[in-house]
Amino acid sequence: MSIWLLLLIPLIATTTITLITRRHKDLSSYISIGAVVLCFIISIKPILYFLRNPHAEPLEQSFTWLNIPGLYVEIGTLLDPLSVLMLFIVTFVGSLIHIYSRGYMHGDPGYSRFFACLSLFIFAMLGIVLANNFIQMFIFWELVGLASYLLIGYYFEKPSAADAAKKAFLVNRVGDFGFILGIFVIFYATGTFNFLAIEKQIEAGNVGDWTLLLAALLIFCGVVGKSAQFPLHVWLPDAMEGPTPVSALIHAATMVAAGVYLLARTAFLYHAAPPEAAMVVAYIGGFTALLAATIALAQSDIKRVIAYSTLASLGYMVMAMGVGGVSAGMLYLTTHAFFKALLFLAAGSVIHALHTNDIWKMGGLYRKMKITGSTFGIGALAMIGVFPFSGFFAKDEILVATLASGNYVLFIGGIITAFLIAIFMSKLVFVTFFGEERYEGHPHESPPVMTVPLIILAFFAAVSGFVALPGLEPNFSTYIDGHVEGGEGGHFVAILSTLVVLAGILVAWLIYQRGFVRAEVIANHCHPLYRVLENRFYIDDFYDRVIVERIYNGIGRAFNFTEIHIIIGFFVNGSAFITREIGKALRLLTTGRLQEYALLMVGGVVILLFFFIFG
Amino acid sequence: MITLYHYLVLSCILFAIGVAGVLLRRNILIVLMSLELVFNSVNISLAAFSHFLQSMAGKVFVVFTITVAAAEVAVGLAILVVIFRQKKTVYVEDLSEMRH
Repeated sequence: MSIWLLLLIPLIATTTITLITRRHKDLSSYISIGAVVLCFIISIKPILYFLRNPHAEPLEQSFTWLNIPGLYVEIGTLLDPLSVLMLFIVTFVGSLIHIYSRGYMHGDPGYSRFFACLSLFIFAMLGIVLANNFIQMFIFWELVGLASYLLIGYYFEKPSAADAAKKAFLVNRVGDFGFILGIFVIFYATGTFNFLAIEKQIEAGNVGDWTLLLAALLIFCGVVGKSAQFPLHVWLPDAMEGPTPVSALIHAATMVAAGVYLLARTAFLYHAAPPEAAMVVAYIGGFTALLAATIALAQSDIKRVIAYSTLASLGYMVMAMGVGGVSAGMLYLTTHAFFKALLFLAAGSVIHALHTNDIWKMGGLYRKMKITGSTFGIGALAMIGVFPFSGFFAKDEILVATLASGNYVLFIGGIITAFLIAIFMSKLVFVTFFGEERYEGHPHESPPVMTVPLIILAFFAAVSGFVALPGLEPNFSTYIDGHVEGGEGGHFVAILSTLVVLAGILVAWLIYQRGFVRAEVIANHCHPLYRVLENRFYIDDFYDRVIVERIYNGIGRAFNFTEIHIIIGFFVNGSAFITREIGKALRLLTTGRLQEYALLMVGGVVILLFFFIFG
Repeated sequence: MITLYHYLVLSCILFAIGVAGVLLRRNILIVLMSLELVFNSVNISLAAFSHFLQSMAGKVFVVFTITVAAAEVAVGLAILVVIFRQKKTVYVEDLSEMRH
């Protein structure tokens, strides 16, 4: 029963705030925070249960929603180590972000609306995590899309924010279209939506290879949309238009993680499908990571840099899923939830103090904002993956899994990505918090309601990687997979990646801290390349100019022509024209002279008589 | 010997006169009177059929028709009086308000 409360509480919170306490800002925020903290407390019990018995059978509860011949749809919950882990991440990081928002959003006119949307978001996300079947997951998947639309477009009076919200929503629709087709393919092949039942059917070999391949690729479309993989990654950087806590919630702990979670949930599908499916997943992930890391080098908006680092992280996770490292991907997801939420919230703290996003208008902030600066530094080190911070373990597991699967191209791509991440993350730290002071005004440290969540997140960002230590029982991979993943060359990978990221940090230090080579000089020297990076490989422009302007507008014009000339012009106005002309002709008969009417009547009678008698 | 055909021919002649009066006369009073002729031509044929076919149904119909015609004339004449008071005319061609 208590599991259903996890869905009910945030739903009740969002409806209460929307309908009743909208005008009481403080009360609304307390309801929302209380709801998510309560969810966290409720989810502690299943977390402890599965930590004690990692090999326990999944707990499933469900009731019938639709039962007609040939179609059985249920609403249910599925608790297993995977969903419980996600439950912990979503409610725990979600709670901290809620609390932080109380400080960050202070004095905003839409305070209550903001918290109502946050609760709606938590409701939708928990629905995805707990879903035991595809239909329910898809419903909540779309609800997450809606909630993210509302949150990204929170400052809807700003055209750029409204556009970003629309973009996120529409780009996600493209992926979701593939996702629902994939669900139908699976239903067609197995006759059920239930994850465990599908898994049994597939393991029994009841589904053909081609069907599996098709289903796997179509479902991956949903992941590409939600987890912002190439070529649908364009919505994520724009989504930075939302308030910073929203970025932390959507782009660290929850929404983008949903896609990776879906891959982990349907890992049996990719396992059983022909290897091409998993290869597509792995290469899309690896390519996204490399692409995002290169673009991030040339960005100067603090949130955008973190956004592109998120894309790189998501690429890593998807790549891990593709090469079969489910536990490696989930470990990265877990640690990423902590350090990326931390980075966003710390960046929010800086923005809160300076009211600008441009890192070239910051600098030397560490002296003024010690807590923010040091927590941001920890987050950056975790993101870069320096031992012993959490990101090191996660990245290491992914690279080991990639190497073990024999995809050397992906492995090299992953190493290069790690190098680039090290450069731009340390650049962010050096430019923002050290060096000369380029800001205006008098920045000061944020209030405790914001710094305390930062400190808690920093703690987890630093140490959460140790759950993957090989000696631990149960450690992370036995918890998720039930067995230890054999990692050949673990030491080699660890040493190589450490050397690479240290080199990256050194490069950034030489350029941005020491001024050994001026950044402008490099930019001028590689002018065309720099332009390409600055414009994000012109992918957004390509979508705008070709897809939207040519194809989409072309289709729009064709439909417009059909609408105006064929439907309105021919059918609607045409039938009106014919009726009017007939009326005009008939009007000539209506003279108003009584005796003419009588004559017509008699004439009619005579004709009828004629027919009756002679006909 | 007067047979059914004599009655029917009389009825036909009366009907034709009545219709001609309705169609041709300008005075609306005469038009109404011509209508009564039409009614009565029908009554004659009904009564004749009733007599020669030995059936009461025709006679019953005649009584009904006369009753309804009386009521119709009462209403019609009342409307006519009102129209005359309004328009000071009884000519059919002047009464074309229904067209507009």
